[in-house]
Amino acid sequence: MTGLGPVSQWLYTRKSEVRRNVRLAEPVYEIEIEIKNADGLHMRPAMQFVDVASGFDCDIKVSNNDTCVDAKSIMQMTMLAATCGTKLKVKAQGPDAQEAIKALQELVEENLFDESATAGSGGRNE
Amino acid sequence: MEIRKGIAVSPGIAIARPMVIDSKDYRIPRRSIMPSQRTKEEKRVRDAFAGAIKKLTALEADRSIEESNIKDIFAVHLRFLRDKSFRKRITDFVHNELTTAEYAVSTILREIASHFAGIDDAYISERAADIYDIERRLLTQLLGKVQKDVEHLREEVVIVAHDLSPTQTAGFNKTFIKGFATEAGGRTSHTAIVARSLGIPAVVALEDLMSNINVDSTVIIDGNRGIVVIDPDEETLAQHRQHATELARLEHELYTLRDKPAVTRDGVAITLLGNIEFQDEAEMVKEKGGEGIGLYRTEFLYLYSDSEPTEEDHYEAYAHAVRTFEGKPVVIRTMDLGADKYPHSGRYAVETNPVLGLRSIRFCLQNLTMFKNQLRAILRVSALGDVRIMFPLISNLQELRQAKLILRDVMEDLDEYGVGYNPEVAVGIMIETPSAALTASLLAADCDFFSIGTNDLIQYTLAVDRANEHVSTLYSAADPAVLWLLRSVIHDANKAKIDLSVCGEIASDPEYIMLILGMGVRTLSLAPPMIPEIKQVIRSVTIEECNHLARKVVTMDSQRQIKNYIRDAAIRILPEAF
Repeated sequence: MTGLGPVSQWLYTRKSEVRRNVRLAEPVYEIEIEIKNADGLHMRPAMQFVDVASGFDCDIKVSNNDTCVDAKSIMQMTMLAATCGTKLKVKAQGPDAQEAIKALQELVEENLFDESATAGSGGRNE
Repeated sequence: MEIRKGIAVSPGIAIARPMVIDSKDYRIPRRSIMPSQRTKEEKRVRDAFAGAIKKLTALEADRSIEESNIKDIFAVHLRFLRDKSFRKRITDFVHNELTTAEYAVSTILREIASHFAGIDDAYISERAADIYDIERRLLTQLLGKVQKDVEHLREEVVIVAHDLSPTQTAGFNKTFIKGFATEAGGRTSHTAIVARSLGIPAVVALEDLMSNINVDSTVIIDGNRGIVVIDPDEETLAQHRQHATELARLEHELYTLRDKPAVTRDGVAITLLGNIEFQDEAEMVKEKGGEGIGLYRTEFLYLYSDSEPTEEDHYEAYAHAVRTFEGKPVVIRTMDLGADKYPHSGRYAVETNPVLGLRSIRFCLQNLTMFKNQLRAILRVSALGDVRIMFPLISNLQELRQAKLILRDVMEDLDEYGVGYNPEVAVGIMIETPSAALTASLLAADCDFFSIGTNDLIQYTLAVDRANEHVSTLYSAADPAVLWLLRSVIHDANKAKIDLSVCGEIASDPEYIMLILGMGVRTLSLAPPMIPEIKQVIRSVTIEECNHLARKVVTMDSQRQIKNYIRDAAIRILPEAF
């Protein structure tokens, strides 16, 4: 076990990199969403989340307590390890930030990742 | 400087840079690179990602996979592989920590996996398995590239690995490989056999070797004393260079024996043949003074390529050896692989006990198309010279009869098409199971020759796996049980007046030569590089002395006593050979 030390340290570095890219003039949209499906943000939901986020041009960050990650990176999203009941803070900044926030909220809270219908939709996030 | 002690399995001294071959089935040790190698190593990481994505995309598109959860898994893996921040984390590690791509991949992926494993949620913690899967995908890419590099070597190296498989060594560019050092293996392991047939030094069973070698180390492999020195100091390096020169001088001396006959001092002629594995080794046998091929292992034809060898592949490989030896014997052994090693069998069921399972002649008798292919090629080359066919692992008379029946079938096919072959082609068997040894008198009535394969015979007789360090000390050719079996096989062969040779490892061990000559053996088939040394032993003894020694050994009851006795006798006769 290497523990959480190097991981969170690295996540921190990423966070500052993400910040640097943001155009300061644009407003930040922020929302809190709750993971409601029983299995939490496991692999497939994480994949869907990243796919939806990647469809937008804006910069999206997701944080769980002190950990803040890039919503477009599947590795970072899965490492948030959000279980059922976790409340995530989503911040978006950029031209389509408002739409992005709406789409992500729909996916997580209304459709509950639509467990069966989206299976096998792989390979379209680039 | 690091000195590691292992088991010496092939003599000689090699001093070169290491070519390290990691295995995805074992922990990848940390190995440093020079700052100047950063760019190259980071590119290896990116190439591995690109390669893994390509392979996975093809897999995902495969229509035969219908289960949606498997497609889901592929989709998740693909997103990981396309995640640039994930890839960057690995290239950053290479850049900052100055390690190999393999180590960076393994370390980062394991770090992520352990992060998952530590989360108190069964579903998420189980996802560590996905991460290990991705690790394997990336390592497969990296290691596949390394294998390609070894196949296209342009400078001299020694190969350092956990273990080497026949598929790996078959592709090596042997011109530039000067030695082997592996963590696993024993005297009869594949690495050992290949090293001896190439005449390069090898040391195996070196614990924790991989983590002590860096890309730019200098490595000495001393195949005489069984040691490997990593980054030697000047003095050690000079010593080994001198030692290597001496060995070369000794080899040159032995070379002068090349054209002299293998005859004992009292005038008994012994036939020395070579064991070969690849077709180009036939020249080496000739070069070292061998009078033919006593064992042509044909497994490499099956392991070398991605598809099953065609009849023409077989024919070409055999015809080359037969032409090299113009009229001298070439004994071709039919395929001796297990279902577990045979890549084209389509069988993936793991046998619980493969050594006692569907292997060798048993496998051939159940895969007739493949078997007949090989037999047809052997029969066709029999028209070119003194070709003999040998069936391995025969364990009862019915098996031998069945194999001969199939051979007869193939002959009839050839007759039908008017293809030429030698209808009188000699057919013999390996005696390598205790049951064959015990019923040798029955088997002798149905074949033209025996070749005793001591390696398997010892393993099956003593029930010992030599590669297993917990029991390997029980493995000995000098065990009375083995010698009793040998004696009765030799007796039965002589009584039936059929040819007999010994092709196992004891035929290339100077210590055992007097004993086996004394037991009545007159034909030996051995690793080509050992031919001059064994010839020297033969030319230094009399059959009288050998007979005396064999008679004394009969009265002894322990392996240790026998071993010491034959060793002392050998040293008395030829002190410089030991």
